[in-house]
Amino acid sequence: MSGAVFKSIEPRPAPVRTEGLLPWVRANLLADWPSILATLIVIALALRFLPGLFDWALLNAVYRPDADACQAARGTGACWGVVSEKYRIIIFGRYPYEGQWRPLLATLLLLGLLIASCVRSFWRPWLAGLWVVVIAAFLLLMGGGWFGLSSVGSDQWGGLPLTIMLAALGIVLAFPLSVLVALGRRSQLPAIRTVCIVYVELIRGVPLISVLFMASFLFPLFMPIGKSPDVLVRVLVGITLFAAAYLAETVRGGLQAIPKGQVEAAQSLGLGYWQTQRKIVLPQALAMVVPGIMNIFIGVFKDTSLVTIVSLYELTGALSLALNSDANWRPFKLEGYLFITLIYFAFCFAMSRYSLWIEKRLAVSKSR
Amino acid sequence: MSAPIIQFDKVNKWYGDSFHVLRDIELGVAAGERIVICGPSGSGKSTLLRCINRLEEHQEGRLIVDGVELSDDVKAIDAVRRKVGMVFQQFNLFPHLTVMENLTLSPMWVGKMPKKEAEERAIKQLERVRIAEQAHKYPLQLSGGQQQRVAIARALCLTPKIMLFDEPTSALDPEMINEVLDVMIELAGQGITMLCVTHEMGFARSVADRVIFMDRGQIVEQNAPEAFFANPQNERTRDFLSKIIAH
Repeated sequence: MSGAVFKSIEPRPAPVRTEGLLPWVRANLLADWPSILATLIVIALALRFLPGLFDWALLNAVYRPDADACQAARGTGACWGVVSEKYRIIIFGRYPYEGQWRPLLATLLLLGLLIASCVRSFWRPWLAGLWVVVIAAFLLLMGGGWFGLSSVGSDQWGGLPLTIMLAALGIVLAFPLSVLVALGRRSQLPAIRTVCIVYVELIRGVPLISVLFMASFLFPLFMPIGKSPDVLVRVLVGITLFAAAYLAETVRGGLQAIPKGQVEAAQSLGLGYWQTQRKIVLPQALAMVVPGIMNIFIGVFKDTSLVTIVSLYELTGALSLALNSDANWRPFKLEGYLFITLIYFAFCFAMSRYSLWIEKRLAVSKSR
Repeated sequence: MSAPIIQFDKVNKWYGDSFHVLRDIELGVAAGERIVICGPSGSGKSTLLRCINRLEEHQEGRLIVDGVELSDDVKAIDAVRRKVGMVFQQFNLFPHLTVMENLTLSPMWVGKMPKKEAEERAIKQLERVRIAEQAHKYPLQLSGGQQQRVAIARALCLTPKIMLFDEPTSALDPEMINEVLDVMIELAGQGITMLCVTHEMGFARSVADRVIFMDRGQIVEQNAPEAFFANPQNERTRDFLSKIIAH
């Protein structure tokens, strides 16, 4: 045999460019006749409707809090004046006007904590302590009754602070509970398993609105008069239990995707049950279901709007409160709803971007 | 002869009600002994191995590992697992942790060792399997052979008296089998008790003190490797060997 030598061929670039703007347009907008047609239809629709929308929302809109000018512009221009006139009530609900710096400060504290909690390097034991401190500060600022601050009952709390507080506390309390329930559903012990299954199936079989209704109206009937906890607490417990049931099933989905070998390896290394769950199973299981978890977090944030039915005026409820009682501004509810839509969207979009970022971070160990 | 480090005494195990996977197993392993277990699939060889660190529980008979009898007693199980390292066919490295974190996990959390000391020990073991330069990569960034060597180093970080290998080369590309076998051969020369389920007969010949052949939940035959391969006593053993050595 002759001495054939293996010679490797130098790598060279692909013959057709696939990256950059023009290749993108060609591939995504003009790939074949149906997609060219679809592109043209979308452009035509945009040309037909966008200018009108632009005129209504911006060009012909009334920005001053002037009800007469708004009336005159009806049908041709939006009345953003309703927002400039009523934003204090929309955002803070029935909270006493001159004390509204308190919910503002309390909410900023809570938002700051939420943002800090998103940073991976802050995930340390002291963060839990910080949560306790900030929640206490939030409640003290809102409730008052100390250091010369007037006392404000929780029935007067409302608007965005209430929305954020219910969502944040609901999520933060529901998450650990859901992990325990998910682990419990896979427990070797029949009693624990049954309790967890019954809990999840019971809560999932009922709409949130009836859970809130029960927490608010039914629960106090079974308590001695005056002994029932504050309605806010009862509602928060309702939201927490509700969210945890759904979260538990999402988390369980992640737990089931972990190969048995992972647990066996941990056991063979001498790790106990809780160590195995905490160090090996949960980090991988939760990373796998980040999109599902965030789905439920976003759902909880928006579902807080249902607490209106038990007379807690969070953001959506506060909007009705602001406009229903005022005949001058009532016709401009649409603009009011667009305003709070923007607020809801800003929060939900931030949560969804954070979830994408987390997914990317967690994908590091999977990249080759 | 000193007391065996592992003693199976009429051990029986069933999967469910009907599958009798281990039948009257009698086996004593001396400290420092190197044993290779072979046999057809489903013969119970992996189960036998996994009973030793209680990944599977036996239902009848007694199983004593380094003076501790295995039972439902959690303390006994913990005590045994600290003395027994295990290497799996599918590596079972923790993909969300770096190689270093895979190795320091057990010393830090089970052995309550300070991080620095655990890392020093980990580096030593990684050098032993000749892979120290990969310490800060994630397992999935390594080749199969490298992953299995990390898995061996991880098991060694507990300084076990006994090492269990459950088909450690069966999931590897042919090109990578030898790098793992070389590490195992080196380990075999260092006095640790080894039980290895494998079909690498070359490995059995060169390092085993004893080869055990299992079929249908029973130990059919056991002997020193020369005698085992040259002169198998049982017809079932001859049949098996002819099938795996023929080509």
